[in-house]
Amino acid sequence: MLSFIVRRLAVAIPTLLILVILSFILMYAAPGGPFNSERPLPPEVLANIEAKYGLDQPFWKQIVNYVFSVVTQFDFGPSFQYKDRSVNDVIAQGFPVTLTYGFWSFVVAVSVGVSLGVAAAIKQNSFIDYFAVGISIGAQVLPNFVMAPILLLVFTLWLGWLPGGGWSGGQWQFLIMPVIALSTSYMASIARITRSSMLEVLNANFIRTAQAKGLPMRRVIWRHAMKPTILPVLSYLGPAFVGMITGSVIIDVFFSTGGIGQFFVNSAFNRDYSVIMGITILVGTLTILFNLVVDILYAWIDPKIRY
Amino acid sequence: MTLRTRLLATTSAILIATTGTVYADGHATHPVTGETLASDQTFTYRVGDESPSIDPGLVEDVDGADVVRDLFEGLYNQDAEGNLVPGVALRHEVSDDGLVYTFTLRDNAKWSNGDPVTAGDFVYAWQRAASPELASPYSWYIDLMSIENGGDVIAGDMAPSDLGVTAIDDTTLEVRLSQPLPYFPQMVTHGTTFPVHQATVEAYGSDWVLPENIVSNGAYVLTEFVPQEKLVRTRNPMYWDNENTILETVTKLVITDENVALTRYLAGELDRTDVPAGQFPRLSEQYPEQAVSVPQACSYYYMFNLRDGAPEELQDPNVRKALSLAVDRDIIVENVLAGGQKPAYTFTHWATAGFETPDIPMATMTQPERNALAQELLAEAGYGSDNPLSIDLVYNTNEAHKAVAIAISQMWKQTLGVETTLANQEWQTFLEARSNGDFDVARGGWCADYNEASTFLDLMQSGSGYNDSKYNNPEVDALLAEAKTANNPQANYDRVEEFIARDTPIIPIYHYAAVDMFAENLEGWPYENFEQNWYSKDLYKIAQ
Repeated sequence: MLSFIVRRLAVAIPTLLILVILSFILMYAAPGGPFNSERPLPPEVLANIEAKYGLDQPFWKQIVNYVFSVVTQFDFGPSFQYKDRSVNDVIAQGFPVTLTYGFWSFVVAVSVGVSLGVAAAIKQNSFIDYFAVGISIGAQVLPNFVMAPILLLVFTLWLGWLPGGGWSGGQWQFLIMPVIALSTSYMASIARITRSSMLEVLNANFIRTAQAKGLPMRRVIWRHAMKPTILPVLSYLGPAFVGMITGSVIIDVFFSTGGIGQFFVNSAFNRDYSVIMGITILVGTLTILFNLVVDILYAWIDPKIRY
Repeated sequence: MTLRTRLLATTSAILIATTGTVYADGHATHPVTGETLASDQTFTYRVGDESPSIDPGLVEDVDGADVVRDLFEGLYNQDAEGNLVPGVALRHEVSDDGLVYTFTLRDNAKWSNGDPVTAGDFVYAWQRAASPELASPYSWYIDLMSIENGGDVIAGDMAPSDLGVTAIDDTTLEVRLSQPLPYFPQMVTHGTTFPVHQATVEAYGSDWVLPENIVSNGAYVLTEFVPQEKLVRTRNPMYWDNENTILETVTKLVITDENVALTRYLAGELDRTDVPAGQFPRLSEQYPEQAVSVPQACSYYYMFNLRDGAPEELQDPNVRKALSLAVDRDIIVENVLAGGQKPAYTFTHWATAGFETPDIPMATMTQPERNALAQELLAEAGYGSDNPLSIDLVYNTNEAHKAVAIAISQMWKQTLGVETTLANQEWQTFLEARSNGDFDVARGGWCADYNEASTFLDLMQSGSGYNDSKYNNPEVDALLAEAKTANNPQANYDRVEEFIARDTPIIPIYHYAAVDMFAENLEGWPYENFEQNWYSKDLYKIAQ
């Protein structure tokens, strides 16, 4: 197992390097630049700015300098757009926000999704099943950019129960709507995967054996059916978790939470090269990391898997 | 009592002691108008995006400039009509040749840490704004002000200390210009010219604008600054006119989606927000006291590509004029936008100070007359049903721009039989295509940098970096050059607008209006200030 982890981490480094170089090339290939605006800057002003940010140097040198300062000093450079902040500041401010509402969305999505899925499978074709399937289909077809304005309309404008947006250091009132909006579609997918996986498991021979030897149903489900049921869910959860904690721009746009998703999208529009790179590396690293975590969990749950 | 509440108690005690009558229930009255003030003096407003910077030397956008005007104070401020009123400077004198301005500063202006604001602070700020070391995207403003050696300092050919600005003593600031500029005093209301506190900037570098470090001289100090979420400023007890400042707290919230912002406004969370495109008629009917449309200093236009190698058919002025005539501006402003915009037949915005809109023949015709003339001109140029004109129209991705483009392409089709291919491009791609001349007809929007017609018309100069049409008319160039130093340039501006109407390098479509929702009890907003330069120190809320 240890050698597996070490091997995977060793592969992660060239993967990240390729990610950095590809992003760098794609970014520079896009038309425009960070200092283009409706009013083109006078050439001498543009020259000053490009010199300040090192954009006057040859392309390869910019990549080398960038990778060097990231690796040795963990410094992602200054933001080209937000001149009062560095990329490290941007991530330090936005990532905890996204991490918080992403984590709670994950908790809600998994607990509600798995419960619904299991309940639906055990009582297949009953009222509970239809109810659970109905809810999960409803949540699936209601994308968060539709859900968010509806939540705002109901809870902020009509009922006046919740603030319409902002973060204020992550107080609970500011968390509720972002968490609902972000978790529902994930919850729906988890419920569907859990349900079909559980149905398959319940029809398996070893479950019939367990029932035949007289185990109570509750024990059959918890002891025998749960583990194999959760495996396909788990492979979905890895990328889903990264997706949630690295932000949904929709949540940031509708609830003004100031998370990393908003910075990411804005940086692409503004050609804020350093912020694009910083967040790409962050998301890339997390994706690699959580895929690894999922693989390790897999091995732990499923004894058939050997590394 | 914590330090914070004690400070609040002290400032409100000062406020009550100095701002008019106090009622038994603690409500004060406005010192000038006598209106009863609300007990809650907070102002919360929406912006669509985070500003690139709130450092006066670096500020480049409108929202950032609004913050900078609260946190810092320059030589002059503007009143509700946009006239100059004393800021840190009390008055100025101009030399006979118009080249030397001597400002006399007040001796009671203080920084938020108690240091006096001196002429030296301005010298430092202006040198810093021009320096290649700061590399400000707005350094060109120093050059635009015609300050002696400005261009050379920006280009790095001279040291910042060679800039034509000197502190004669603590309260006397001398500015030397390279050419007379009649509207120079108007230009010192812009953030780039505001003072900065040298010791703080040198101690903290680019972090000096963070709430824990900043030292400022405006009516407010920065207390919270979370990018993409909010920026909070509270009154500055050290400000020389603090006793006449009424609002306690001003909060800027970043809310990207304007419909979300409107929902939050209606829920009472905001005191000011933008009206989403097309919703003004509904909102002004429902909330007549709150929905406000005022002229905004921008012009919306389409430009033709006049470069060598651009499509041949658009090089004929009659074709361009026909296309301009066939645009029914009234339909655009009344049916498509419906926000109080005005149809444009001149490039200069109708409300620009000192500008009389000249009589452009097209403006007085009826639309059927315009259409008839357009058909005639296009037929003369050799286009008709057997030989239809086809053009590409490009605009940057945006719902409102799309609606205007569709309407205009329909007008061209119906009146002239012109086939238009519409293309929208993402902003940066669009800018690059436009400046490279990679278009037939492209959308343009231009906002005034200062309240004078040349801020618009200078775009028609053949050498202007913003002249994306590449319109080149030596007569226009001469008229504009002459207008720079003329005492009354109106005649020149009339002639330039006539040339624009004749040669049609652009199609002026409409003049912008700013459409906002304002809380009913908010008073003091400078609706008459064409540049919409507002100062929180002039706002207040009345009791309802």
